[in-house]
Amino acid sequence: MTASIETVRRNPLAALWWVPRGIVFGLMAFFIFGPLFNMLLWTVAEKWYFPYSFPLEYGFGSWAKVFAPRGGALESLTNSLIVALLTVVVSLLLAIPAGYALARLKLPLRGLILLAFLIPQAFPNLTVYVNVARIFYEIGLNGTIPGVVLVHVSHGLVYAVWIATAAFSAIDVELEQAARNIGAGAMRTFLDVTLPLAAPGLMASAIFVFLESLDEFTGSYFVGAPDVNMLPLLLYTAGAGGNYQIASITALLLLVPSLVFMAVVERFLKADVLSRVGH
Amino acid sequence: MPRRLLGLLLVLPALAVIVLLFILPLVMSAVGAFEVEGAFGWGNFAKTFDLYTKDIVFSVVIIALSTGLIGIASIAIGGYLTLGEHPVAVAILRFLYRWPMFIPFIVVGQILRTFLAKNGMMNNTFISFGLLTPIEAQSFLDWRGIVIAFVWKQTPFVALLVAGAMASVNRDTIEAARNLGASRLRVLIEILVPQVAMTLTVGLILSFVTMMSVLSVPLMINAQSPTMLTADIAFRVNSYGDYGVANALGLVSLVLASSVAWIYLRASLKERA
Repeated sequence: MTASIETVRRNPLAALWWVPRGIVFGLMAFFIFGPLFNMLLWTVAEKWYFPYSFPLEYGFGSWAKVFAPRGGALESLTNSLIVALLTVVVSLLLAIPAGYALARLKLPLRGLILLAFLIPQAFPNLTVYVNVARIFYEIGLNGTIPGVVLVHVSHGLVYAVWIATAAFSAIDVELEQAARNIGAGAMRTFLDVTLPLAAPGLMASAIFVFLESLDEFTGSYFVGAPDVNMLPLLLYTAGAGGNYQIASITALLLLVPSLVFMAVVERFLKADVLSRVGH
Repeated sequence: MPRRLLGLLLVLPALAVIVLLFILPLVMSAVGAFEVEGAFGWGNFAKTFDLYTKDIVFSVVIIALSTGLIGIASIAIGGYLTLGEHPVAVAILRFLYRWPMFIPFIVVGQILRTFLAKNGMMNNTFISFGLLTPIEAQSFLDWRGIVIAFVWKQTPFVALLVAGAMASVNRDTIEAARNLGASRLRVLIEILVPQVAMTLTVGLILSFVTMMSVLSVPLMINAQSPTMLTADIAFRVNSYGDYGVANALGLVSLVLASSVAWIYLRASLKERA
């Protein structure tokens, strides 16, 4: 703060800088929040057509329609939540042992193994999902919730494994050694000392995996649709059918968890863990 | 049990998922691209280039343009966050720029479709400020819409990486240059950007690959011809069940993405040598 006061004293015209700043920030705010505000308007618009800039009538009619038993949103919402929670459980069950091994045990080709989990993020994945759908079709997993969960796990595993590895390696080894010295077994040490200490980092990785699964469109589109309806698919079909009210309400349902989780993730993901991600 | 074996055993289940659900289908798609009615040949590629050359060029141009714009915007944001002298202005920018990062692509597609439409909020606002007449208003739901959606969504991610890297650049060099009379723009271009070049490249490559695989944005903003390769692949599979051409298109996008990664690897090897 002192630096700015000095600048103002040195140069009384410094306040004029707020003119270009205001214009740039104003434009940024318009382009960032404009589309979001537009979406919010659509969720409560009863009547809105060209050339009116704002809805002619407001109301919650579309909300009632979306949440009506036949609206499909409840089914999609339930499916999305089930899939996301199962994806988190499966990813963590795979990532906790893997992360512990990568952080604590001597592994050959450790760098390559870490990199392998990045592959699903580093290649265009559309053609992969197309072929996964073909395999799943053969073995009867296409159009089932376990099928969609498996696809989401393969995509979310990079967050789970990388953050779990970082969380475990941020823990002081001496704490584990102390537990071992007073007679705790390896498993007991892991469950009573290591796991609770790593919990905030693991929670953060669970949040990332949950969001990744909730927002995933391409895999659900090829593997899930039309048997397993999910929120992104509902949003897509409603939007394609020109029903902007329902599409916007679905968009809002997808948006809120992302914003809430991202606001709290910094509480779980401390700098000591963050600086170790990918190492 | 030897510790090495135990470690491998603990990693194996997670690795198996990646191998079975990603690497195996990836290999299948590469093999499938050359398969024409049970025999191997170039037939799918002949058809691909015959039907989709325009879309391949379109995708490359759109994504290259978006990557360039994302690069410029994130350097500008990172630079202002690092060199900005007014703490309030820096705080405002820090608050503003991150929002789109947390918004899923499918939602980006939907909200920009309503925002950029001919009678969308953007045109309406320009008209009410007198910047535009209703007759001049045009829809941005074509290639421009896709570029805007990509830049809107991906800039915060790259800017976050770049700003982080810029913050760890030695302040003394910057102060010295400023004291010698270098303008902030010059400090940004000649001192900051070269030092964060690697982070910037990594961020841009990750964005490039992400944009190569996004299906929802092209489907929702511009599904007419010419369109992005991802929309073509989905169309090929859903409308014709034609996995051969879909896989060939997939291989083309894979080659495009890998060539970008290859440029990065060569640059990083040269830097280390």
